[in-house]
Amino acid sequence: MENKIVAKNVNLHYGSKHALKNVSLDIKENAITAFIGPSGCGKSTFLKTLNRMNDYVENCKIEGTILLDGEDVYDEKVDTTVLRKKVGMVFQQPNPFPMSIYDNIAYGPRIHGIKNKRELDRIVEESLKAAALYDEVSDRLHTSALGLSGGQQQRLCIARALAVQPDVILLDEPTSALDPISTLKIEELLLDLKDKYTIAIVTHNMQQASRIADYTAFFLVGEMIEYGQTKDIFSIPKDKRTEDYITGRFG
Amino acid sequence: MTNSIFEKRKRISDKSMSFFIYLSSLLSVFILVVIIGYILYRGLPVFNFSYLMNTTSIINDTVGILPNIINTLYIIVLTLLIACPIGIGGAIYLNEYAKNKKFVDVISFTTEVLSGIPSIIYGLFGMLFFGTFCGFGFSILTGSLTLAIMILPIISRNTQTALETVPKSYREAALGIGATKWYMIRTVLLPSCMPGILTGVILAMGRIVAESAALLFTAGSVHVLPANIFTHVLSSGGTLTIELYLQMAKGNYDVAFVIALVLIVIVLGLNMLAKLITKKFDVHEVKN
Amino acid sequence: MENRFLSIVSNHKTKSIVEKTAAIIFRGCAIMSIVAVVSITGYMLISGTPALFKEGFIDILFKTTWAPTASDPQYGILLIILTSIVGVILAILIGVPIGLLTAIHLAEMANKHVRKILKSAIELLAGIPSVVYGLLGILIVNPMMYKLELLIYKGDTSHQFTGGANLLSAIIVLAIMILPTLINISETALKSVPDDLRKSSLALGASQIQTIFKVVLPAAKNGIMSAIVLGVGRAIGEAMAILLVAGNAVTFPFPFHSVRFLTTAIVSEMGYASGVHREVLFTIGLVLFVFIMIINLVLTFILKKGDCHD
Repeated sequence: MENKIVAKNVNLHYGSKHALKNVSLDIKENAITAFIGPSGCGKSTFLKTLNRMNDYVENCKIEGTILLDGEDVYDEKVDTTVLRKKVGMVFQQPNPFPMSIYDNIAYGPRIHGIKNKRELDRIVEESLKAAALYDEVSDRLHTSALGLSGGQQQRLCIARALAVQPDVILLDEPTSALDPISTLKIEELLLDLKDKYTIAIVTHNMQQASRIADYTAFFLVGEMIEYGQTKDIFSIPKDKRTEDYITGRFG
Repeated sequence: MTNSIFEKRKRISDKSMSFFIYLSSLLSVFILVVIIGYILYRGLPVFNFSYLMNTTSIINDTVGILPNIINTLYIIVLTLLIACPIGIGGAIYLNEYAKNKKFVDVISFTTEVLSGIPSIIYGLFGMLFFGTFCGFGFSILTGSLTLAIMILPIISRNTQTALETVPKSYREAALGIGATKWYMIRTVLLPSCMPGILTGVILAMGRIVAESAALLFTAGSVHVLPANIFTHVLSSGGTLTIELYLQMAKGNYDVAFVIALVLIVIVLGLNMLAKLITKKFDVHEVKN
Repeated sequence: MENRFLSIVSNHKTKSIVEKTAAIIFRGCAIMSIVAVVSITGYMLISGTPALFKEGFIDILFKTTWAPTASDPQYGILLIILTSIVGVILAILIGVPIGLLTAIHLAEMANKHVRKILKSAIELLAGIPSVVYGLLGILIVNPMMYKLELLIYKGDTSHQFTGGANLLSAIIVLAIMILPTLINISETALKSVPDDLRKSSLALGASQIQTIFKVVLPAAKNGIMSAIVLGVGRAIGEAMAILLVAGNAVTFPFPFHSVRFLTTAIVSEMGYASGVHREVLFTIGLVLFVFIMIINLVLTFILKKGDCHD
């Protein structure tokens, strides 16, 4: 499998805090890569460096290189809007806009210049179907998205991310605010999606990583400790600290 | 001698303080009742709709405040047209763009200063700067420009408060899809804080309607009907409050009370409108 | 589109121009308030100082004779300054107890219905135009004060009767006009006092009134101070409401004297003044502006101090 994203020696500082220490990691195309580790270990921070959402954090300095399809994400010529079209993101808290379901999904395509009503209808329908939400909401596309349940809202957010036809989808603990049944639905959805997309997911839930991820990276206090195929990480961890974490001795 | 918890301790100071607290509250309400009651008592008997449709003219022997109503509307619209873009834009900058804390502090301080400057000072400044220096003379435009500075703090603070209540996740979601910042602001932020901005605009309208000292030397006191609806902004025009002052100074209390009645109705209406919006959308308003 | 490789390197020149323009325009809007304050300050200084240099600081600021249209004109504004100071202090002395106690009622004691009524009343009081206050001042307060005047000075031939248009009337109108400011800001201050403080005081056996006056009020001290300072600012800047109520004569500020405030001095003569007379009116504006700026600085200081304590 090809490398979709290549990160080399990434260092990140928040003011005086050294939040990422020399992280190097390749994310494979059409696979699910999970970042695990205790809270505050830098896994979410690393995820956000991939589509430059850290640009909006004050006093945040990044060194090292991140290549997306061989192009440097932090090159000054990069158009972040195009970057984020290619690298979509789903956040921890479901965050639909206070608009109708339809407008939520159509928001991204409209940004990127699609005005044709029929085209938008098609994208909305396909995205909702891809996010396994279409059957539940097809009869109320024009009602407020805030009326959906938490799990539905999160799938809506995934649909919204899919609607701009990204290559990569980043998910930052997408199920931590959801009930077990909704969580399961989203996991199934991600497994479906990986044929077409490259997926990176931050999770604090090790079972989740072992259930869905092809590759897993373990982070600890800003360092990437170990990275490999999920089955290897969970069965024969090389590092003592990974083993401790996986067997539940801390975190 | 008992020590029962049923025994009420008598505290004279408690009783008397409570009395004064209730008395003060009552007084505040009483004052309002007297004000409104008196205006109704003096205004209603002499009120006649012909006042609202006529011009005061010695030749035709008519008394009316139609030109003043029109001038007031002109000033409201023009002032808001000038102040809203600036106030809202400034608030957007402070909340969404500004990174330099010193700069934000300076602007917050000057906004504070602007809201503390008395209207008579605005009047003097408007007369000198817009009237004399810019050459707009005594005109509705001069008055509106002056009032625009005056209401700037109301608009920008209400917008800022509204922006602050928009969850961070909305911004992240829009940016995360690849929206540019300005697009995000236009399509997500502004629509979700529209009620808050609207409340600010209504409060500002109330302020404009009630203003007099800042207009006396800027918009002047002429009370004739507009000859041309477009060039009218460049001619002098007295608002309702100015006309009220002039009539009061001349001792024409009947007309004064008719105007007072009209003003109170407008103020009441705006107040209720602001309340309605606040209630419907649960927004936080900022007063000055 | 799906199969074509999409480079992330910028090819959207126009988009970034729009973005940059938007940012610059917003920045311009934000700077407007600085521009406004600077130019107002500038204009006040430029227009207010010439008279001071022509006539002398002392002759204007510390002389008591105001005869701008005499053949030998004199421009002493000391009595006008004193009137504003005395008038505002007395208005505050009347307004603060009433305002503060009402705020206490609102924040600490009132139930939902009472609160609603009180709040609406205060909002309306704040919205009533100054000229309307002035109108009612002439027709309600002045006659009352005239009766009082007649009662006190009955048979006194040396007293010049004001017909009720005097300092006392103006103070009453001002005290009423600053009530909304005092009440609203004090109420916010009281409400921001954490409930734990109240609970721990009540748990020690203090009564509600004791809790309010011994715990809540001291904790809300800074907010209440800013309410008072803003009230002072509001009172010193008010013009139209007291213009006709105060009698408009330049005399020493005794309760039953007709008096002229800084603000009313400007309004009543700006219409016809010319030459040095007009310049002195701008000097009066400058004096008023200086007072306002001092008030602003005091307020900033209070708020800063409050921040440090938190």
